[in-house]
Amino acid sequence: MKNNSGNIDAAGHVTGRSTYVDDIPVMEGVLFVKVFDSPNAHGKIKSIDFSAAEQMEGIVKIFSCKDVPGENQIGGIIPDEPLLADGEVHFQGQPILLIVAENEDAAEEAIKAIKIDIEPLPVITDPREAFKQGKLLSVSRKFVKGDTGNAFTKCKYIFEGRTESGGQEQLYLETQGAYAYPIEHNSVKIFSSTQGPTQVQRTVARVLGLGMNKVEVDVPRLGGGFGGKEDQASAWGAMAAMTAWILKRPAKCIPHRMEDMRMTGKRNPYSSDYKIGLDEGYNIMAYEATFYQNGGAAADLSPAILERTLFHATNSYHVPNVNVTAHSCKTNLPPNTAFRGFGGPQGMFVIEAAIDHAARSLGIDTTLIQRKNMMDNGDEFPYGQIVTECEAKHCWDEVVNAYDIEAIKKEVNTFNQQNTFHKKGLSMMPVCFGISFTNTMMNQARALVHVYSDGSVGVSTGAVEMGQGVNSKMIQVAAKCFGIAAERIKLESTNTTRVANTSPSAASSTADLNGKALLDACDQIKERLFSFIKTELTGNEEERVEIKEEVVYINDEASVFNWKNLIQQAFIKRINLSAKGHYATPYIYYDKTTEKGHPFAYHVYGTALTIVTVDCIRGTYEIDEVDVVHDFGTSINRDVDLGQCEGGIVQGIGWMTMEEVVYNENGKLLSNALSTYKIPDIYAVPKKINVHFLNTDGSDLAIFKSKAVGEPPLMYGIGAYFAIRNAVLAFNAKASVPYEAPITPEKVLMGLYGN
Amino acid sequence: MIRFILNNQLVETDQRTGGTVLDYVRYHKRLVGTKIGCREGDCGACTVLVGDMEHGKLVYRSMTSCLMPLGNANGKHIVSVEGVNLPADRKGNTELSPVQQAMVDTNGTQCGFCTIGFVMSLTGFVLNENAKQYEAAIASIDGNICRCTGYKSIERAAAILSQKMVDKPGKGTIEWLVEQKYIPAYFQEIKERLQQLKDYTGLKAGAIQAGAIQGDAIQGDAIQANTPGEKIMFGGGTDLIVQKALTVKKSALQHLFDDARLKEISFENEQCHIGASVTVTQFAESKLIQGFFPDLAKHIKLISSTPIRNMATMAGNIVNASPIGDMSIFFLSLDSDLQLSKNGNKRVIKLRDFYKAYKQTDKAPDEIIEKIIFTPPTNSSFSFEKVCKRTHLDIASVNSACQVKLNKDGTIADIHLAAGGVAPFPKYLTNTIEFLKAKKINKEIIEEAIKIMNEEIAPISDARGTETYKRLLLRQLFLAHMISLDKNLIVTVKDILQT
Repeated sequence: MKNNSGNIDAAGHVTGRSTYVDDIPVMEGVLFVKVFDSPNAHGKIKSIDFSAAEQMEGIVKIFSCKDVPGENQIGGIIPDEPLLADGEVHFQGQPILLIVAENEDAAEEAIKAIKIDIEPLPVITDPREAFKQGKLLSVSRKFVKGDTGNAFTKCKYIFEGRTESGGQEQLYLETQGAYAYPIEHNSVKIFSSTQGPTQVQRTVARVLGLGMNKVEVDVPRLGGGFGGKEDQASAWGAMAAMTAWILKRPAKCIPHRMEDMRMTGKRNPYSSDYKIGLDEGYNIMAYEATFYQNGGAAADLSPAILERTLFHATNSYHVPNVNVTAHSCKTNLPPNTAFRGFGGPQGMFVIEAAIDHAARSLGIDTTLIQRKNMMDNGDEFPYGQIVTECEAKHCWDEVVNAYDIEAIKKEVNTFNQQNTFHKKGLSMMPVCFGISFTNTMMNQARALVHVYSDGSVGVSTGAVEMGQGVNSKMIQVAAKCFGIAAERIKLESTNTTRVANTSPSAASSTADLNGKALLDACDQIKERLFSFIKTELTGNEEERVEIKEEVVYINDEASVFNWKNLIQQAFIKRINLSAKGHYATPYIYYDKTTEKGHPFAYHVYGTALTIVTVDCIRGTYEIDEVDVVHDFGTSINRDVDLGQCEGGIVQGIGWMTMEEVVYNENGKLLSNALSTYKIPDIYAVPKKINVHFLNTDGSDLAIFKSKAVGEPPLMYGIGAYFAIRNAVLAFNAKASVPYEAPITPEKVLMGLYGN
Repeated sequence: MIRFILNNQLVETDQRTGGTVLDYVRYHKRLVGTKIGCREGDCGACTVLVGDMEHGKLVYRSMTSCLMPLGNANGKHIVSVEGVNLPADRKGNTELSPVQQAMVDTNGTQCGFCTIGFVMSLTGFVLNENAKQYEAAIASIDGNICRCTGYKSIERAAAILSQKMVDKPGKGTIEWLVEQKYIPAYFQEIKERLQQLKDYTGLKAGAIQAGAIQGDAIQGDAIQANTPGEKIMFGGGTDLIVQKALTVKKSALQHLFDDARLKEISFENEQCHIGASVTVTQFAESKLIQGFFPDLAKHIKLISSTPIRNMATMAGNIVNASPIGDMSIFFLSLDSDLQLSKNGNKRVIKLRDFYKAYKQTDKAPDEIIEKIIFTPPTNSSFSFEKVCKRTHLDIASVNSACQVKLNKDGTIADIHLAAGGVAPFPKYLTNTIEFLKAKKINKEIIEEAIKIMNEEIAPISDARGTETYKRLLLRQLFLAHMISLDKNLIVTVKDILQT
């Protein structure tokens, strides 16, 4: 790794030497666990017969819910989800039995021999229908600011409408999975592909009826997570652990892609209503919205996702009167879950649609309303936090100037006049995203640092590396703090016995929380070393000591000490060379009873300009260009941060364009494989993505003032939806294009010619 | 017994011939650099390079090992990422190849799970002596899916590599690549070792025994049927292993992929003869075929991906009888014939008569397709259209191909029109064709043709689109064919679309 750039793991990745769960050498006698899942989306299990299957060659054991040693429960926030179905099934793909076999082929054959009789019950896939029937997963939430009822009476223009945003499969390239083996003292060790090692540990402890101290979870790295392994890795961990613990043999439980796709949840689809009111100067005076979140069959993380939808319901805009409500609706789909953005994108899509609706109806440029209503310092978010260090207008204006939007608009108009069957469209998409877990309790982290007697350093934190580059950033933190070369530092796997009670690697906060905890640990050791230098070596406590490039400087002069001999000396003198660091984000709080508080450490801002071309014969489109100005603060690793930005944009575009999660009315997933669920390939991405780093002061609550970058860029992708829609309207001004994402080629063609 | 060179090692295995190369390298050889992403050839995380002799030259092609049966590895050089890594020094340090280094320098890797696939595909690009351009580098990774990077950094890596390829010599490519440390030195001996291997197994390049297509497994005892009973006729694996991997693994297979007599492309009696086991890539690379289809590269780019095209055979696409088979639609619009063979008895049937119902064809179980025969569209216009959710590496919502020959007076002398995704099997649009014959194309005729077309199709709603959409889309593709036939029709088409 070069200083302050690059990815420490890259060489391992390109040589195939990086280790993922399925790459860990397995122990002798390993068993394979396959899931027998529900063929029905809702029903009562009348009978189930696996006696023949259990007799088949290679089958060691078949587990049902009756075999669960502890509690048959994996619900994280709300205990409403069994590990193995008990009497009823609530979604297609719900695990019912575990088939334990000597090899995977045997398990697959055995599954065919299982007979199940399910009495069907009514299936609900539509969140509004679930709401109508009173089927909710959690308490509905409402954020109120000002008085919308009164404000609407004073508005000159009022627009109401409805939007739909679809689900999104995380499609981590490495599927879910876990490998477990029994260890002495009735304990179990699990290698899990999870963003939340502690969540797996907690779930396994509950399922096995053990103390958490008897469950060790180790995470080498993930082949992608994107939120899909925040909560939903637990089931696979529990299945492997239960098998290993009961049968006293190593066990591996790794679903194939199609099993993963049908058994796990995705980004929550939303159906929403909006009402927006403007005065004659196009100031947004009032905004109301009702969000119907499709939660699936169990709460999972949906209540928390619901909350973030409300936090981001007004995106980057200052709206004096806001009244937004959100319902988490229980349907018979796999429990939907976290996906980069965590409800934020779903909320932002609605207000962008509302603004677009207003602008279209008023015959004015959407950007006029967007820019006019952009928030600024001193404004108040609907949840009571006061806007500070605001970069919203700064980012927007930089896009307008740096990319010369007026010239681009002219080019687009000229192109559209000159071409019959190809039309261009453009859009601007501002983003304001709050950084912190909205559940204040989760904003804490710990780190463990060992400096070994030879001067090499081992670092453990609660952060899970899943491609976001957190390993690199952690090494940078330790290297910078100690003043030593990155090569001296090894980042350990994430392990619950070294760092306990961790929050999942999520909410874009991983580098901030774990980085600050790591800094605390490094500072403690540094403090001891400096004190050692002063008292033992120079005898003067007033000396100013620092370490630069491994050399110890005393009062700005290089001393005879370098890192290596300093450590040797300190060890001889019995200085403690290990430390545990702790961090809890200061200032933040939130009161759910009033729905007011200061939930976020800081906000990240940015704006994207998107230009597309639509083929109006075929209904296909290409993204020509996405031009972004993004507020990175003072980036500590521009390579990693640029990668996060580009990757997030493309994922967001995928969500808005080609990624279509399709269930039929029986709750069966039709887009159940990579052949039917399409994520962007290399030809589908924007021809150009320009990312302009807006260097800002950053925030003291960001690690080294380098702002969190994981989720915010995803929401730039929403711009693609509006750019495509605008191109369709450029071909046919009367086209009916409802605010429904994703805007697939089918929706484009139906919009162009459907009526 | 299957014998092949795996990286730098000769391996022999009595594993079932239908087991995948992926499982073999990962779980029997513990070469875990090759990753499992989807097991259906749609992500490229398991990409390996397959070296084989073609026309006396050692050629490497990328393939997805998840769909490659061990039987198709016989007598070849299989390269996993461990086989392109340069040898480690005493301390275990490895110098990175320029491909690997480019991916590191541009941050083309994030979570790393797909990365090995990209490294293999790009190494395939540098191994291809004719490929130097940036576009070729990008095309080499068109079958690799990355969920993290958004591909921009990988594009930058491809740009660096294509720059470096400017100096690549047309001859002695492997020696040059070894010298430049793109590949380890052992690659220089592979050609000779493959020759020895083929001599040893009797698998002489280009000379497979007559027994092969008579119902024996390849090479008599080279690959023996593992189980008695019915044999599965097996081509490239890109459909069969996706649909029934376990059955394939447990069954006796008759491997047709490497049968030299099924791999010929020839021109006889004014007709093109395409061997059943010709891959889509070989079809696209054929100078003969390119001469007949000026837009061939554009059409082929719409069909699956580089590694899949390297494996998928012509007959495989036809026999699979998928309603949206791209090559099936292509050949239907050429009004192709099929030559089938059973125990040496040959017969010829029109492709349009081959399909009977959903996934049902006129082929007997122990019969094989030997070749596809068609008259090239020399005096006619040919166009191929395909629309899917994702333009590339996707299965069509609707695809269509059209061949039209006009008389001097502008009337249609002959027309063949086919469409996929609108019927239970690849549809030859007989009624529309009959209507259009001898007609002069104008607004009324096009509109009437569309009406007739709508009556003879029966699309269903599924993950690839609703029935209404598919009907609309076929109309649009038909209009696109018309514009492709005559640019002046753009005015007529505009007129039709605006009313």
